[in-house]
Amino acid sequence: MARSASEPYDLAVLGAGPAGIAGAVAASEAGLSVALLDASDQTGGQYFRHPAPTLRARRPHALHHDWPAFARLRGRLEASTADHLRAHHVWTVTRESADAWTVHALTGADGDGEHPVRIRARAVLLATGASERHLPFPGWTLPGVVAAGGAQAMLKSGLVLPGRRIVVAGSGPLLLAVASSLAAAGAHVPAVVEASGYLGYARHPRALATNPHKLLEAAAHGSVLLRHRVRPLTRSAVTEAHGTDRVEAVTVTRLDRHWRPVPGTGRRIACDALAVGHGLVPQTELATGLGCATRRTPDGTTALALDGLQRTSVPGLWAAGETGGVGGWLLARVEGELAGLAVAAQLRGRPAPGGRVAELRRRRDRMRAFADAMAAAHAPGPGWTGWLTDDTEVCRCEEVTAGHVREAVSGLGARDARTVKLLTRAGMGWCQGRMCGAAVACLAAAGTAEGTVPPSAERRPLAVPVPLGVLAAQPEAAQPEAAQPEAVQPEAAEPEATRPEGGAGPHGRADPA
Amino acid sequence: MARTPAELAGAEPDPPFEITFDGRTVTALPGQSLAAALWGAGILAWRTTRAGGPRAAFCGIGQCFDCLATVNGTPNRRACLVPARPGDAVTTQEGHGHGPLGV
Ligand SMILES: Cc1cc2nc3c(=O)[nH]c(=O)nc-3n(C[C@H](O)[C@H](O)[C@H](O)COP(=O)(O)OP(=O)(O)OC[C@H]3O[C@@H](n4cnc5c(N)ncnc54)[C@H](O)[C@@H]3O)c2cc1C
Ligand code: FES
Repeated sequence: MARSASEPYDLAVLGAGPAGIAGAVAASEAGLSVALLDASDQTGGQYFRHPAPTLRARRPHALHHDWPAFARLRGRLEASTADHLRAHHVWTVTRESADAWTVHALTGADGDGEHPVRIRARAVLLATGASERHLPFPGWTLPGVVAAGGAQAMLKSGLVLPGRRIVVAGSGPLLLAVASSLAAAGAHVPAVVEASGYLGYARHPRALATNPHKLLEAAAHGSVLLRHRVRPLTRSAVTEAHGTDRVEAVTVTRLDRHWRPVPGTGRRIACDALAVGHGLVPQTELATGLGCATRRTPDGTTALALDGLQRTSVPGLWAAGETGGVGGWLLARVEGELAGLAVAAQLRGRPAPGGRVAELRRRRDRMRAFADAMAAAHAPGPGWTGWLTDDTEVCRCEEVTAGHVREAVSGLGARDARTVKLLTRAGMGWCQGRMCGAAVACLAAAGTAEGTVPPSAERRPLAVPVPLGVLAAQPEAAQPEAAQPEAVQPEAAEPEATRPEGGAGPHGRADPA
Repeated sequence: MARTPAELAGAEPDPPFEITFDGRTVTALPGQSLAAALWGAGILAWRTTRAGGPRAAFCGIGQCFDCLATVNGTPNRRACLVPARPGDAVTTQEGHGHGPLGV
């Protein structure tokens, strides 16, 4: 639908992963004007991350199951009227009224572009995906120790490996995918170390039986791992990484049911890299900053609470994909389409196509049930803190050790991540607690009666670091701390949907604290 | 069986070019991020923390800020996001980069 530059878009979709693309395609095919924003230059999100065109990969499908399905989805996006705004890092969303939103973004590969932009829209679909959960252990800051999904991402986009002999460790189904791609790409993977077991899935036979594609996927990874002689070690964890300038070996220790290391069971495995991660955490800060309700997932993460049509608790804001709980790309695509149809129905004031909506909802519910079963099977046990030594760094940015955090909890009475942060600076660095948040919250909870309860959602005022100049140029209403809906004044007439503001340089960043 | 990621993906990249890391020449492929080019050359550390520890790319997707590098004189660039360009000079960044900025 034709839209003049001064008019808001009908829908701004944040995130061009499977959920965001499916949402943008569905909404635009239903006649809405759509802006699709992503921090990356490319579409695909985490799963369909792929080499830049100049790397001329003739077999991108070798790095992804389901590449043809993605290529079709991308084809529909390209054929649609949706505007794909590349390299747009969204740092906050403000609400003028229930059907007037402003999306604030920084441009450039790493958000260093000259001009911050604002995109106005009548509705917003949050499809920002997930990030990895990390549990620290001695030596995890050594070069060569990398995030499991990070190794996967660097392989898929840059065609590189962090080493030649790579141990894969942590917990969750992503590990099998990572191990099988690293091995297929030429790395020797001496072991995949999983803290839980895979038997947990068997407790949910119905979820397994109704999701046969998941079994096929697991079988495919399994056969690659078998072919490359990768040893799966369950109920075990890497409890220490050794080396001086880079990792040279890891100690793998057996865990009990509660993830407590079993003394005397440690053994060394030589390696020159370790890819480690403990599941995925929904990225919800843009939504929680606007007051959206959340729910607790079976593995202790916080996801957005959504209704049957992907609506958040805040009118005008929808969400799809891993923002609503981690569940894989097929679920993300289904939710994206459902959200796109629902937004179109609401803005056009007519019912969504009933048959299609019912079908999508059925598929979504089936896949969510499976995702919950997986999450429960891989939920971190409380005993993991047993492998921390007092000098293990917990917060990588501010170099705060487990000893400091424990002192804040037992000595100074901190009972939550926020208090620990104020006392120790854990979580105050550049990453705003994305890397250490889960660990700090667990350590803080150790001081409470609930003991084992992992983190609640931490509110981050800014989704990405923002130059001070950009913040200073914001009208009062767009300051994230003042983002209460009632405090928001409609913005003075804005000449264009994307108006460059100020000439703020990129390098005086707001301290994310 | 593939021996390298490029072989697996059937990549036939455009001609490679050179960048430097602390003065040493590193070959990059067009389309790689700076972090990918450095990993490709076996370099896994390009920042030191305030306590002096070596660091570099960890999350690989722009979220951890451990990969901050000084690129052509500008500090605090996330090497995992910034594409490599011919002639780029990457230098080891010391500390977390807040200090000189006063933020
Ligand atoms: C590092 C990593 C690696 C993964 N690898 C695999 C894998 O190999 N196999 C597998 O099955 N699953 C993998 N997953 C899980 C995968 O995320 C999902 O299955 C699927 O991609 C979810 O789709 P989505 O659309 O919900 O989110 P995503 O695919 O994550 O897409 C979200 C998009 O939002 C963008 N975004 C986020 N925040 C902002 C912001 N503030 N401003 C602008 N854009 C933003 C991101 O750049 C991204 O493109 C991985 C996850 C992570 C975190
Ligand atoms: S590797 Fe984490 S931000 Fe670059």
